[in-house]
Amino acid sequence: MPEPVLLRHVREPDQADIHGYERRGGYTGLRRALRELSPEQVTDLVDRAQLRGRGGAGFPTGRKWKFVPKDAPVKYLVVNADEGEPGTFKDRTLLEGDPHLLVEGIALAAYANGVRTAYVYMRREFYQARRQLEKAIAQAYERGYLGQGILGTDFSLDVYVHPGAGAYIAGEETALLESLEGKRAMPRLKPPYFPAVMGLYNKPTVLNNVETLCCVPWIIREGPEWWLEQGPPQLYSVSGHVNSPQVVEAPLGTTARELIERAGGMRGGRRVKAFYPGGTSSRPLPARHLDVPLRHEELAKLGSMLGSAAVIVMDETTDMVKVIARVCEFYREESCGKCTPCREGTVWVTQILDRILHGRGRPEDLDLLASLARNMTGTCFCPLGESVPPSLRAGLEDFRDEFEAYIRAAREPVQMPVRLHLGAPAPGG
Amino acid sequence: MLSEGAKREIGALRARYPVAQSALLPALLRVQEELGWVPPEAMAEVGRLLDLPVEVVAEVASFYSLIFTEPVGRHVVQVCTNVSCLLSGAEAVRERVERELGVRAGQTTPDRRVTLLAVECLAACDQAPCMLVDERRYGPLTPEAAARLVRELD
Ligand SMILES: Cc1cc2nc3c(=O)[nH]c(=O)nc-3n(C[C@H](O)[C@H](O)[C@H](O)COP(=O)(O)O)c2cc1C
Ligand code: SF4
Ligand code: FES
Repeated sequence: MPEPVLLRHVREPDQADIHGYERRGGYTGLRRALRELSPEQVTDLVDRAQLRGRGGAGFPTGRKWKFVPKDAPVKYLVVNADEGEPGTFKDRTLLEGDPHLLVEGIALAAYANGVRTAYVYMRREFYQARRQLEKAIAQAYERGYLGQGILGTDFSLDVYVHPGAGAYIAGEETALLESLEGKRAMPRLKPPYFPAVMGLYNKPTVLNNVETLCCVPWIIREGPEWWLEQGPPQLYSVSGHVNSPQVVEAPLGTTARELIERAGGMRGGRRVKAFYPGGTSSRPLPARHLDVPLRHEELAKLGSMLGSAAVIVMDETTDMVKVIARVCEFYREESCGKCTPCREGTVWVTQILDRILHGRGRPEDLDLLASLARNMTGTCFCPLGESVPPSLRAGLEDFRDEFEAYIRAAREPVQMPVRLHLGAPAPGG
Repeated sequence: MLSEGAKREIGALRARYPVAQSALLPALLRVQEELGWVPPEAMAEVGRLLDLPVEVVAEVASFYSLIFTEPVGRHVVQVCTNVSCLLSGAEAVRERVERELGVRAGQTTPDRRVTLLAVECLAACDQAPCMLVDERRYGPLTPEAAARLVRELD
């Protein structure tokens, strides 16, 4: 197993301080870029490292940067630090433990794209992360890594942290831009509103996830070949029924079985029933897929996705009906209401799941859920609504017996127990 | 209604953006830090400071769950109830805290000490089950530890 890269220094107590960060090689990537590389060369290195976005969509970062028109007089960089996908906590880990890594990544991305103003859109609940990042930004200004004439060149950059206010949909890139403009976080139509060409204030905008930008200093410092030899490094947020839930850095394509091992194994030595490979928007997979490499291509073949690489592990005691109902409820709560299939579909789906859970399910409910899943596929305005069918499909195809058991019990005169066991409590819980 | 300090800060926030409306969320949150919530008169004042009609301010404010357009308690407790926390006993934590406070999630204690919210994933599933007490995060919690934390709030 190669030495971790992205997490290498997050636990050093002085890593969030600029002296600690510099002592461990920090800002050498930025120095190198400003001394030796043109903006285009920085983008080329990122491209050659085959870096793909870590926010959820997995879009190649170098290619995204090349869409940004070179000659536009005003462009923006926006960092997505909204981290709302259930099960995901790697951006927070980076922000709290190594905030200068993000500041250096921002500076490099801004240099590569000819940007002078950057906004970090950060969810409100990240109080600690925000303090860490704001301190890092202030230190970087003092040391001349941000501000006017950075390191004696004619490159200038201002960075601001902008708070969100409690809306998962604001993590979707066009909704984020609406929110940053002081409006309701509702997605924009693509095209024409591709951020790279028509983004913040309708100006070309580079929009990247925190982890994506944290990869960039390493790529510039050590080169794309080195980066690829390291895996490439990928952060997996591993949580649920494992002994020590944590962010695991592992080569892209590591299996769930290995990740569970790295997270201390299963609680109580129980067996795995299922896992979400990429947050609750991905299709959960039954245990027979524990040895599938968690990579974009393999997961797509299974009708799932790598998404934000949030691996939520569920053991054999888990009530999948309850989990899936909770997941659908999340999307109902967070639907922005702009389009009908999502706004109404999430309400219907959760109503049916709720009645199944409460012993009032009907035999025809499973067909109803299947048809709702079909009707919500390819019809929603943005991917939030499309996040419901994968869980439903898994429920109906891979865990159908659990749904049927609820419905059978409902038709029998015996009352269902009201409280259902949902897996083992936390250590000590 | 707003302090001079808050007005000054909202002015400074405005200068960070080429368009004043961008300062709206940060401004509302600044108001909330001072008053605990955003009453209608404060919305009007923010509107004046940012040259926005009060209707726009109200419409935007109502979209976001962490802009409080009704009074809240002196403390806001947010218990995560999303999947990773649920798998680790979040229901028991939430029920125990509800019993301790004598209110359900979404309500405020009659003495206005605590508002309890059941919230979605806090991006801290490594600390599941977890909760935020004002600006501090706690986890992994036992129901008893959670009850003690809310009991000790003044
Ligand atoms: C409903 C929804 C929520 C999202 N939430 C986030 C988020 O919290 N953080 C994030 O980085 N990307 C999120 N995304 C993905 C963004 O739209 C976007 O693809 C990403 O930030 C681009 O950065 P990247 O290319 O570096 O991954 C979300 C997408 C959707 C549809
Ligand atoms: S799919 Fe849902 S979240 Fe997305 S635009 Fe439609 S209603 Fe809004
Ligand atoms: S599910 Fe509770 S913090 Fe993520």
